[in-house]
Amino acid sequence: MTAITPALALHGLTRRFGDVVAVDDLTFDVAPGELFAIVGPDGAGKTTTMRMLAGVVRPSGGDAIVNGVSVASDPEGVKPHIAYMSQRFGLYTDLTVRENIEFYADLYQVPPHMRPARIERLYAFSQLGPFENRLAGQLSGGMKQKLSLSCALIHHPTVMLLDEPTFGVDPISRRDLWLIVHQMVADGTTVVVSTAYLDEAERCDRVALLHEGQVVALDDPQSLQRLWEGRILSLRADDPRALRDALQRIPQVQGATLFGNSVHAVVSNVEEDWPALSAAIDAAGIRVTYKEIVEPSLEDVFIDTVTGVEQPSG
Amino acid sequence: MVDAVRVENLTRRFGDFTAVDSVSFTVAPGEIFGFLGPNGAGKTTTIKMLTALLRPTSGNASVAGYDVVEEPGAIKHRIGYMSQLFSLYGDLTVRENVMLFAGLFGVTGERLHQRRAWVLRMAGLESHQEQPTATLPLGWKQRLALGCALIHEPPVLFLDEPTSGVDPIARRGFWDLIDSIASRGTTVFVSTHYMEEAEYCHRLALMNRGSLIALATPQDLRASMIDPILQLATNDPPRAVEILQEVPGVIEASLYGRFVHAVVADLGTARETLHSALTQHGLVCEQVTSVTPSLEDVFVALVRQQGGAAVG
Repeated sequence: MTAITPALALHGLTRRFGDVVAVDDLTFDVAPGELFAIVGPDGAGKTTTMRMLAGVVRPSGGDAIVNGVSVASDPEGVKPHIAYMSQRFGLYTDLTVRENIEFYADLYQVPPHMRPARIERLYAFSQLGPFENRLAGQLSGGMKQKLSLSCALIHHPTVMLLDEPTFGVDPISRRDLWLIVHQMVADGTTVVVSTAYLDEAERCDRVALLHEGQVVALDDPQSLQRLWEGRILSLRADDPRALRDALQRIPQVQGATLFGNSVHAVVSNVEEDWPALSAAIDAAGIRVTYKEIVEPSLEDVFIDTVTGVEQPSG
Repeated sequence: MVDAVRVENLTRRFGDFTAVDSVSFTVAPGEIFGFLGPNGAGKTTTIKMLTALLRPTSGNASVAGYDVVEEPGAIKHRIGYMSQLFSLYGDLTVRENVMLFAGLFGVTGERLHQRRAWVLRMAGLESHQEQPTATLPLGWKQRLALGCALIHEPPVLFLDEPTSGVDPIARRGFWDLIDSIASRGTTVFVSTHYMEEAEYCHRLALMNRGSLIALATPQDLRASMIDPILQLATNDPPRAVEILQEVPGVIEASLYGRFVHAVVADLGTARETLHSALTQHGLVCEQVTSVTPSLEDVFVALVRQQGGAAVG
């Protein structure tokens, strides 16, 4: 069996800023056509990683091979292969929607005869067509993000690097943006996306959880979530705060969080631990009005992994 | 008990454009109330009226028992306001920021000592008083901004996307704090379009195109999800979307990662119908599973039922 050459291959990729190790020895591959998410808290190293992959920041150690090109030795050589949408993507606020796209088409040297078809296609995704003569500075936040993405996609990259593309975007525009990304993936583009929104990572093929510059988990979302299945309980009572406090005092409970009127409790195994919980809640004089085992979200997985809740075995 | 916020047929027009259209709701003391909506829904205009920065065209609103038109001065001393951190001065120290806000709200003497101590303890910044605010980690800045917004012990606190851009761990910590503040009777009015923030609220109001289109607890809103969602695994997702959009009973079909999500009218027959529609067109349909709708699914569905969000 011949191994497929990965679209991106990270080997010990590291970046230091003075004494701070922002990105610490990352090693993983991203397959061609994969939709790959890098998630993590602020300061985890997401943006620095993306910048190194884009050839914008030089690694302090290690390397990443992007489409066969080394970011350490040939950062300029990487750029024709990628589209990079940074958090502060440079839109020209005094140019119109159309002029911004044309400007990036010039920059990426897209031949003029290919532009109309590509722009039409981008308009179809982004719904920006009716606004093509509006100044970019007068667009809403969501429309600006869609225009940024359109500008990044005017050349046909094999690898798309998106650094928190939906930051500050409302849910409706967020859906539109993801539709564009999904369409690119369906067309075979490799996409690496960084996000702080765990619900966005759930739709990716694989997810790397980054914490303090290191990968603490790397798998497909379903496998990550499966590890925590049957461990999260949603409970309600007349006084949810008293319920939360009571749960936090029970040794079997590894974490209890209030969500509005409900409390989520993490245990090792809901089936086995429920009798002890039930007895302790009764003893505290609290009557549970609702009980449900909830599907672990990627956010639960992330928080519990990073805060060191006891790991499941197997 | 007096409502913390009371809004009756509140309306605001700008020329021909009705930004807020006869909106009514009440918020109870100690409630964490989520105010949601896409851009252009009228959230900001409503909050400007509630904070007495903008006069209503018609209708009434009172905050902490005071009428927003008759007694705007009284309101400003009874509300706290925190937006995404921008209220802090980065080149001032932690202590200087607290003192600045105390001065702005007329907190002096013995009360100043008590309130300053409370803010620093609540924010966990007692040993960082002389640190320039700009050098604090984001989560700490957020707690400091919250403390400054509460320096004058307002009964009603307005938060505008307070934890956007923060990671999930810092977010949980922040909301624990908010809950402890609400548990002592402070009303918390949260304006956001992040469902992650909405999850922590007791009740949610959803605005679209100037109107209130839903008002319920997060649980009830989720349970009200109008139409079920099916997730399909297939060998050609983009083609599957095209095919499914033509199938009767499919309200909407869209790509979702490797999968296709289809909102259907009737879950009972849809699995079979969708599966056979794809196989008839020569596609392989490997799996059809039903998906628990998220709060965001509900939000998007409700907005679409109203003809979509405002554009522009």
